[in-house]
Amino acid sequence: MQKTLKSNIEDDNTQLLYLEDVKKYFDVSDRIFSRKKEYLKAVDGISLKVNKGETLGIVGESGCGKSTLGNLIMGLLKPTEGKILLEGTDLTTLNAKHLKKKRSEFQMIFQDPFSSLNPRMRVFDIIAEPLITHKIVKGKELEQRVLNLMEDVGLDVSYSDRFPHEFSGGQRQRIGIARALALKPKLIVCDEPISALDVSIQSQILNLLSNLQRKYQLTYIFIAHGLPAVKHISNRIAVMYLGSIVELTTKDQLFRNPMHPYTRGLLSSIPILDPTLRGNKQNNLIEGDIPSPVNPPSGCKFHNRCPFATDKCKEEIPSFTEREPGHFVSCHYSIFDL
Amino acid sequence: MEANNAELSPYHVDKKVKKSMKNNKYRTYIKKLIKSKTGIVGFVLVLSICFIAMLAPLLAPYDPYKINAAQMLIPPVWIDGGTSNHILGTDNLGRDILSRLIYGSRISIIVGILSVVVAGFIGVVFGLIAGYYGGFIDTVVMRLVDSFLSVPTILFCLVFLTVLNPGLFTLIFVIGVTSWVMYARLVRGETLSIREREYVKAARTIGVSNLKIITRHIFPNVISSVIVISTLSVAASIITESSLSFLGLGIQPPTISWGIMLSEGREYIATSWWLSTFPGIAITLTVLGIIFLGEWLRDVLDPRSRGM
Repeated sequence: MQKTLKSNIEDDNTQLLYLEDVKKYFDVSDRIFSRKKEYLKAVDGISLKVNKGETLGIVGESGCGKSTLGNLIMGLLKPTEGKILLEGTDLTTLNAKHLKKKRSEFQMIFQDPFSSLNPRMRVFDIIAEPLITHKIVKGKELEQRVLNLMEDVGLDVSYSDRFPHEFSGGQRQRIGIARALALKPKLIVCDEPISALDVSIQSQILNLLSNLQRKYQLTYIFIAHGLPAVKHISNRIAVMYLGSIVELTTKDQLFRNPMHPYTRGLLSSIPILDPTLRGNKQNNLIEGDIPSPVNPPSGCKFHNRCPFATDKCKEEIPSFTEREPGHFVSCHYSIFDL
Repeated sequence: MEANNAELSPYHVDKKVKKSMKNNKYRTYIKKLIKSKTGIVGFVLVLSICFIAMLAPLLAPYDPYKINAAQMLIPPVWIDGGTSNHILGTDNLGRDILSRLIYGSRISIIVGILSVVVAGFIGVVFGLIAGYYGGFIDTVVMRLVDSFLSVPTILFCLVFLTVLNPGLFTLIFVIGVTSWVMYARLVRGETLSIREREYVKAARTIGVSNLKIITRHIFPNVISSVIVISTLSVAASIITESSLSFLGLGIQPPTISWGIMLSEGREYIATSWWLSTFPGIAITLTVLGIIFLGEWLRDVLDPRSRGM
C-alpha cells in the first residue's frame, strides 16, 4: 500500500520532510468498567513527502486528524507508530536535547492569534524568546534581529514595547509569524493560520506568507478545513478523511480532476459567488457527519457517506495508488466508472 | 553603527509612550477605586490600620504593658465612671485599652501578611507543579490537598502548636502550612486551563524548558487570582490568629494581640464588657476592610472584567 508512494520518494534530495506510515492512537478505553482496549485512531497510517520550497495543503473536516498530524510533525505528540524524517533525521527517536536543537528547523504558526500570544509578555519578548532560548544572539544584536523580524512581517517597530491585547487579530498573527520566523526554520507548519481572522485580513496574511516563503525559501505545511483557504497558497493538496489521506495531488489537478468522491464533495461545498454560474454546478454535497474515529467504518472509511459505495467498499480497504503522475487516490473505482 | 541607532530610535522614543501608558493604567485603577464605595472604605481602613501599627509608639497614650492597680476596670469615657484619661477604659490590671489595641494591631498585621506569604508560596509551587505535569504527580498532590481539607484548620493548628513551642513565628508557620491547600487548588485549576493555551504550545515548539514555561508563561497568568484570594485570606489568618491566641495557643502574654485581649476579657464580660468588645470590633473592622479591598482588587485584576 505504501510501496507505490515510497518508490516515488526514495531517490531525490529535494524532499525536506518524509512521513512513513505514521499512526497516532489515543487510548480511550474505560478504565473502571471495561477491560476492552479502545483506541481513537486520530492518524491512521499516513505516508507523505514534502518537497523543499513547496506548500503542501492539508484539508479535511474537523475531527479528521489534521491538527493531530500537525502536532506529530512538530514533535508535540509522539506517534504510536511510524517515522517522521526531517532531511533524513528521524524526529521520533531523538532524545530531548537533540530534539530541542532540531526544533529551530521547524516551527509552527497557530490558529487563534488571541490565544497564541502570552498576554503578559511584550511583543519584543515574544519574538525574542526563540532567539534567547536557542542562545542565538543577545544584547544589541538581539534587539536588531527582533526589530528586523518585525519589519519583515510588516509590523511597526515602534510597537515592540506593547502588549498583545493592544493589537488587532491580523497584527497579532503577524507577531506569531515573526516568532516562527525568528529561528530561520526550513519548515513551517501553519495550523489554520487564517481561519480565525476577518476575511479582509486573510488575504493580507496569505500574501505575507507567500512573500516570506520566497524571501527565506520556506516550506509550508498549510492545514485548513476547507479547500478555498489552501487554494491560493498551496502547490500540492492532501485531502484527509478520518485519519487517512484519501487524495493527494497538485492543486491544479485536484481542482480540475478530483478523483475521490470525498474531494468532489468538498469542491462542491465551495460557495459560488456568481449566481448565474450556480446552475451548472454538480450537486455532490456530502451528507451526514464524520463517523467516530473510535469505531471507523469497515473497508473504505468513507463508504457510509459515499454516494457511489458498493458492497466491495464495505469490505475491502482501498489502496492508495497513483492514478496519473503525482496523483494519488485511495478509492476502488476510477471516477469515470461512477 | 550610526545607521543602527537611527533604526533603533523609534523603539527608544516609545519608552516615553510606555511611561504615559503606565500612568494611564494607574489612573484607571484610581478611577475604579473612586467608583467603588466599598473599595474606598476598605482602602481607608487597611491604610489606617497599617499606619496605626507602624506608628504605635507615637499614637498610644500610655505604655500598654504598664499595670496600674489604682485604675482597674475603668469603663469607657461615655459611661458613668469613665474618665477622659482612658478613652476606651482600662482592663482588669489597669492597663489602657486603647494603647493595647494600638499595639495589638502589629501582631495581627504581621501574622496576617506573613502567614499568607508562607501559604501562598507553598500553595503556588505545588499547584503549578500538579497542574503542569498532571498525571501521577497531580494525583499525589491533590490527594494531599484533600487530606488537608478533611481536617479542620483550627484543629490542625492546635495539634501543631501543642507539639511545637508557641510563639510568633511558629504561629505564622503553622497558619501558613495549614492554609496552603486553597492556593494549591486554585493555581492547579488555572494552570490546567493555561497549559492548553496556544502560547504554551508555541513555547514548547520553540523548545523552551518546562521550568521556563512555568515561570514565564504560566505563573504570570495565574498571579492575579492568587493576589485576590491572598488578600481575602489575610483576613482569615487574622481571625485564626485571634482564635488561637484566645485559646491560649497562639501569641503568649505579655505580648499583646487582639485575640489575647479577647480571651483576657472573657472572664469579665458580664460586668466589664469593654474589655473584649473593643478588640472584637478592631478585628471585625480590619477583616472587613481587607475583604472590601480584596473585592476591589478582584474587579481590577480579574481578566474577565479588564478593559471594561
